[in-house]
Amino acid sequence: MKKIVAVLVLLFTHTTAHAEINIFACEPEWAALTQLLAGKQATIYTATGALQDPHRVEARPSLIAKARRANLVVCTGAELEVAWLPVILRESGNSAVQFGSAGYFSAAQSVKMLDVPTHLDRANGDVHAGGNPHIQTDARNFLPIADALSKRLVQLDPANSAYYQQQLATFNQQWHAALVKWEKQAAPLQGVSILVQHDGFPYLNQWLGMKQIASLEPKPGMEPSASYLKSVLTTLQQHPVKMVIRAAYQDARPSEWIAERAHIHAVSLPYTVGGSDQAVDLFGLFDDTIARLLAGLK
Amino acid sequence: MFKKTILSVALTTLLSQPFYTFAAESADLQALRAEMAQLKLHYEQLEKRLQQAEVHAQQAQASSQQAVVASQQAIEVTRDQAAPSPTTSSESAFNPAMSLILAGTYGQMKQDPALPATGFAMNSNPGHQQGFNLGESELGITANIDPQFRGVATMALAPAGGITVENAFIQNTSLGNGLNLKFGRFFSGLGYLNEQHAHAWDFVDQPLVYATMWNNQIGEDGVQLKWLAPTDMFIELGGEIGRGRSFPATDRQNRNGTGAGTIFAHIGDDIGFEHSWRAGASLYDTKRVNAASAGVPDLLGTVGGVNTQFSGDSRTMGLDFVWKYSPNGNTANRYLKVQGEYFSRRETGMLTYNAAVTDTFSNTQSGWYLQSVYQFMPHWRAGMRYDQLNPGTATVGALNASNVISNYAFKPTRTSVMLDYSPSEFSRLRLQLAKDQSRQGLTDNQLFVQYIMSLGAHGAHQY
Repeated sequence: MKKIVAVLVLLFTHTTAHAEINIFACEPEWAALTQLLAGKQATIYTATGALQDPHRVEARPSLIAKARRANLVVCTGAELEVAWLPVILRESGNSAVQFGSAGYFSAAQSVKMLDVPTHLDRANGDVHAGGNPHIQTDARNFLPIADALSKRLVQLDPANSAYYQQQLATFNQQWHAALVKWEKQAAPLQGVSILVQHDGFPYLNQWLGMKQIASLEPKPGMEPSASYLKSVLTTLQQHPVKMVIRAAYQDARPSEWIAERAHIHAVSLPYTVGGSDQAVDLFGLFDDTIARLLAGLK
Repeated sequence: MFKKTILSVALTTLLSQPFYTFAAESADLQALRAEMAQLKLHYEQLEKRLQQAEVHAQQAQASSQQAVVASQQAIEVTRDQAAPSPTTSSESAFNPAMSLILAGTYGQMKQDPALPATGFAMNSNPGHQQGFNLGESELGITANIDPQFRGVATMALAPAGGITVENAFIQNTSLGNGLNLKFGRFFSGLGYLNEQHAHAWDFVDQPLVYATMWNNQIGEDGVQLKWLAPTDMFIELGGEIGRGRSFPATDRQNRNGTGAGTIFAHIGDDIGFEHSWRAGASLYDTKRVNAASAGVPDLLGTVGGVNTQFSGDSRTMGLDFVWKYSPNGNTANRYLKVQGEYFSRRETGMLTYNAAVTDTFSNTQSGWYLQSVYQFMPHWRAGMRYDQLNPGTATVGALNASNVISNYAFKPTRTSVMLDYSPSEFSRLRLQLAKDQSRQGLTDNQLFVQYIMSLGAHGAHQY
């Protein structure tokens, strides 16, 4: 018994030794952004990996333990994490990071949502009432999100506000420059017709001006049947596309099936930081995304 | 030119902020000046770059109108921060989140499902249903009550009519420090499967050890307090007290105090990105009062068995573990789940045989199961489960030594396999086959077909 108590005390003192902000990031892109904005002040834990479907994550014990000690939870929101985050926050016993408190940050609240359904019916598949949650595919969205996130860091840790503001200014400057570069590089993608495997790219399409002809999922979250894929092939005869794109975490088979038959490129996009070898950070993410899309044009 | 305005605004804030913060500290002034000089330099460089960018933009305009439009859009987005979409992150807007589970089974079996497992006639036997049957429909209502409390109600609608309250509890979400308080009617936190609702089970039925020792699932009217340690590893300790509403407790009514108590501990963690696990131990304690059982076989071979009554202490110890593996941690594609639980119950007290002879009785019964579920492709899962029970060897007082069977010398077992298909996250169809050898000499081959559909709010699932 004494030993157990001693171990517990040891664990407790060990974990409270850090003075920085403990951050629980739901997805890698927010971990990367927080890292840029909070720099040395933050210890960041990333709850999901680039090869995980962020809709379908298990409320694992380790996630609950990490949320217990978090000062700030940074997530997409807009129901992307609805299948697991509520359990984690509830079970964490951490009142500081519950929905609606200063310790919970939803990136989706800072951007204009696309594909907000006017009609909510599960007959339309796994639709999100708040709009399409895959906001990280438009690089421009990171500017307002960074701004709001930086304000939140200042709110939680006012002693270091100067530092956070400096980090934000640096980020803004670098990001603006990168945007100009990316948009110039991506100019050939303007007006290009594409297929998508999952309806996860409306923001990317809006940003780069690509035209989505069809999705390989008959409804969001539904696996395509052979007959549905055939109907997509028929559509392609009237509306030819250059490529079919999918996120790195998705099964390659549907994309490859259609790519082979329609003689188009199957392009796997990193989708988030860590989704490809080149996507080591947010800058690499978009460098690689655009490079892969351009390769798909050939 | 928009860029310039933004930058000057940003820089003004940037420059004024550290000044405001540190102005009083004269020692820092030197450093501050240096910093400001650096920032100024930075600003000048920025401006230079901006001019270059503008030149680029003009060039782009000459060659392609679209590039400029795109870059302007980028700037507009940054300026357009005032108009984000309002989204609700809470599980409901204002109305409670409602969910309805519709489930039904078709069951085919050779033996009468009312027959208990050998040696477990004094235990619960939830049994199965033969033929088509609706199963329980489950209506769930959940909402935050105020910043402190959250309410959860789950009503089971029995096919024959009537509503039973399965869960109706309040959770306090604002205690902090890793504390979680729950009160009302809830499923006990002991074991691994006990807290899971029937629609989340991986098989049509509960393991034999849950059926015989907990009447499938133990619910309690009482209070639960859990504490999560502030450690990297998941370490959770919990305790419950309540009236002892369900089996094996005998529902303490019209009396003060508590009828049952539970303590449990869970630990868990990840191993790399692909593996996760949780293990637990629990202890359940109750005092049983006049626990009556009918149709209990005896040494005399009385046709149809006899009635018995037991009063005494009942203590159950449990161990549980679950391990999950998923390639790349992506459970949407493929995953493997292995779980097992063991329970052992010691009962000591007085047994009244056939409403006539009362003497001491003590026994230790135990049971375990091991199961595995594999999602081999998206939407498709296969599973296998093995159940075993041990009725134990009872110590029977002299007065009942010639009446009560103390040793059945038989270990009930069952093997089940299942295959299920989930077209979406909200629907599941399942086929299950079982070879049930839980009754001595009466092997039962069972077949079940089941559907589980969930309507309404998208509830989050527990681990």
